[in-house]
Amino acid sequence: MAEVQTTEGNEPLHQLLTPDGTAELDGTLSLDLTTVDVRALYRDLVLTRRLDSEAIALQRQGELGLWPSLLGQEAAQVGAAHALLDQDMVFPTYREHGVACCRGVDPISLLGLFRGTTLGGWDPYDRNFNLYTLVIGAQTLHAVGYAMGVVRDDAVGSGDADRDTAVLAFLGDGALSEGETNEAFIWAATQQLPVVFFCQNNQWAISAPYSTQSRIPAARRAAGFGFPGIRVDGNDVLACLAATRDALRRARSGGGPTLIEALTYRVNAHTTADDASRYRSAAETEEWTGRDPLTRMHTFLSTEGLADPDFFSDVDKQSDALAERLRTGCRALAEPGTTLPFEHTYADMPAELRHQMREHHDFVASMERSEASQ
Amino acid sequence: MSNPQDFRLPDVGEGLTEADISRWSVQPGDIVEINQTLVEVETAKAMVELPSPFAGTVVTLHAAEGDTVEVGKPLITIDSAPDASPGSQQELNGDAAPAVEDDAEQAELLVGYGPRPAARTSELSLAGPPSRDVADAADSTPSAAPTTSGTTRPAAKPPVRKLAKELGVDLTTISPTGPHGTVTRDDVRRATTAAETRPVTEPEHAAERRIPIKGIRKHTAEAMVSSAFTAPHVTEFVMVDITATMRLRTAISARREFREVRVTPLVFVARALLLALRNTPEANATWDEQAREIVVKHYVNLGIATATDRGLMVPNIKNAERLSLRDLAESITGLAATARAGSSTLEDMSHGTITVSNIGVFGVDSGTPILNPGEAAILACGAVRRMPWVVSDGESERIEPRWVTQLSLSFDHRIIDGQQGSQLLADTAALLEDPGLAFL
Repeated sequence: MAEVQTTEGNEPLHQLLTPDGTAELDGTLSLDLTTVDVRALYRDLVLTRRLDSEAIALQRQGELGLWPSLLGQEAAQVGAAHALLDQDMVFPTYREHGVACCRGVDPISLLGLFRGTTLGGWDPYDRNFNLYTLVIGAQTLHAVGYAMGVVRDDAVGSGDADRDTAVLAFLGDGALSEGETNEAFIWAATQQLPVVFFCQNNQWAISAPYSTQSRIPAARRAAGFGFPGIRVDGNDVLACLAATRDALRRARSGGGPTLIEALTYRVNAHTTADDASRYRSAAETEEWTGRDPLTRMHTFLSTEGLADPDFFSDVDKQSDALAERLRTGCRALAEPGTTLPFEHTYADMPAELRHQMREHHDFVASMERSEASQ
Repeated sequence: MSNPQDFRLPDVGEGLTEADISRWSVQPGDIVEINQTLVEVETAKAMVELPSPFAGTVVTLHAAEGDTVEVGKPLITIDSAPDASPGSQQELNGDAAPAVEDDAEQAELLVGYGPRPAARTSELSLAGPPSRDVADAADSTPSAAPTTSGTTRPAAKPPVRKLAKELGVDLTTISPTGPHGTVTRDDVRRATTAAETRPVTEPEHAAERRIPIKGIRKHTAEAMVSSAFTAPHVTEFVMVDITATMRLRTAISARREFREVRVTPLVFVARALLLALRNTPEANATWDEQAREIVVKHYVNLGIATATDRGLMVPNIKNAERLSLRDLAESITGLAATARAGSSTLEDMSHGTITVSNIGVFGVDSGTPILNPGEAAILACGAVRRMPWVVSDGESERIEPRWVTQLSLSFDHRIIDGQQGSQLLADTAALLEDPGLAFL
């Protein structure tokens, strides 16, 4: 019988920044640090984490219905986001808060979705960041469809740096078991589409560990579909940036898709409605908090003399200001009117729908009046 | 100006209706910051810490530890603008105002997030949703008014509050004698003296004690009622000489690889049951009412009934039939320790197929155990005693002191009959009487 590679197989893990904050060379990945604003990376890591912790507090205070925490995955998201160009398009899951922020989406609009005041919250074309997708894996096909459009617009391999476009699709380890994801891989491979699949393997699909999803490392799956796969330390922001930058460049130039597996860990439960202690050990979580993505970047900046105490305290101040803005902004989110679903269905509202909208509005208004007269 | 605000219990887990208060982290008089942990609550889904939405001084805790609070009911009142001059007219007015709870308003706020009544009417305009000024909304929403649910917030100067906190006096229990009904230092001191002379809340000679039925007690009660009234129980008994097993135990315990392992008689009873089940696999089964089928399991998840401070827990060892004696012993010790520490996981507690209960640790000989719901059999073993026993036969027949115990097996008569139940019990006993039979 042939030997089966297990999930612990010898797939190399590419890394540029070790957990103790030391920069190291990698044979595959390279990053010219003079081209990278490492301080901006650190600031975005801190702000992303603060957004997450503040949102959890708001949920516990009854201001949000639910929040999927990204704690532990900041480096994967911030690294990937910093590799994007303006014209690139992002297809997120529902946990890409860090990517959204780096992309310039107002974090308060992220809260709207989880407060139930909106079904989306932002214009996808405003920052080229699609709406959150709650259906596991569905966004991979949306991304592939968009990439097909990019090809038909001749925005691949033209050599014009402002024109050539890539699509960055985010997915989790659980999505690898979905039909859509595998279909997306097939389409991307056979048509050499300009799409990069960025899989944050946080090791837990709600309560299902990665070992129940696959016998091989996620990155190795790409070879079966016919495109390159690479596994990077998802808690190393520099490695995530370097790998995504390489893959996006290849995609824009017509080199086809790439699967990036960012090996990381979901430190919190799946969402605020979940209790992780029912299916995994505290020791495991503790082990991963020892590989914290922020700590190593802080150490790196300090020991390399890239940032001084003033910088760090300024970031902390920005973080406090963000928290305050989120607390106020969340409670001030406008509530949807009854007409909103009608208004968002068609670009140009047909007469019949306009008629239905008025009827619905009059009906609701009549209920209000009868309530008020009681 | 004081500005007491209620923090109502939110639905923290998508569709919860209530939560139990596990532990308060703050007390009345404490100053809290935004997002400081106020309380730990246990919902049907998880233990959750609730952070404070307000900065200010804690005025009232609306529930005690152990209480169950409905979602939407006030949990804590925090004064976000503590009064610098207690006894001022505004505060007295606020305190004296009857605690009116507007039922309609409360129903609207059952879940904290989402549309608020204050903003709803204006949202209906076709012109689109207007932006809402949060401060205005808070002022116009009745919930911003002090609703202290009948508990009057005692007026006292900060140093008096501090004194009361140091002496452990609840200000709400004091009759104030100061100007404008404020609590004075003397009032607090008097309260401590009174407390020392007055009987404690639960008098020593109380005729009754009322214990809320909740948590593990509630779960155990429901499980036992469901089991006792759905599965027709039969219990059989056997007395067995386990001297040979006790000798084996001594020999095994002395082995190097067992140095770190606790090999109790229970381990041998469990192992004997696992071996006996090979002969009677039908006893390792469940009654599937819906499918009208009996499901015989090819794996044994062996439950170990464990007495803990919180009550009876039955964590189980997965695939126990595959374990060596040493691994079985380690699993039993580990599982029981985890259960006693209160950190058993849902997985530990689920999917059991058969259970062993060691009632011998309580010094008793026998009992009629009730089945763990969903299982077909449960084995109880009594105390292991030195007893006079008739050994050998014919000319050499004599009475000897031997190690003797009693086993009792309850089984679900829907699933198996007396023949299989007796076979399982007799086989288990035989293995303990003569462990050499395990070779067969």
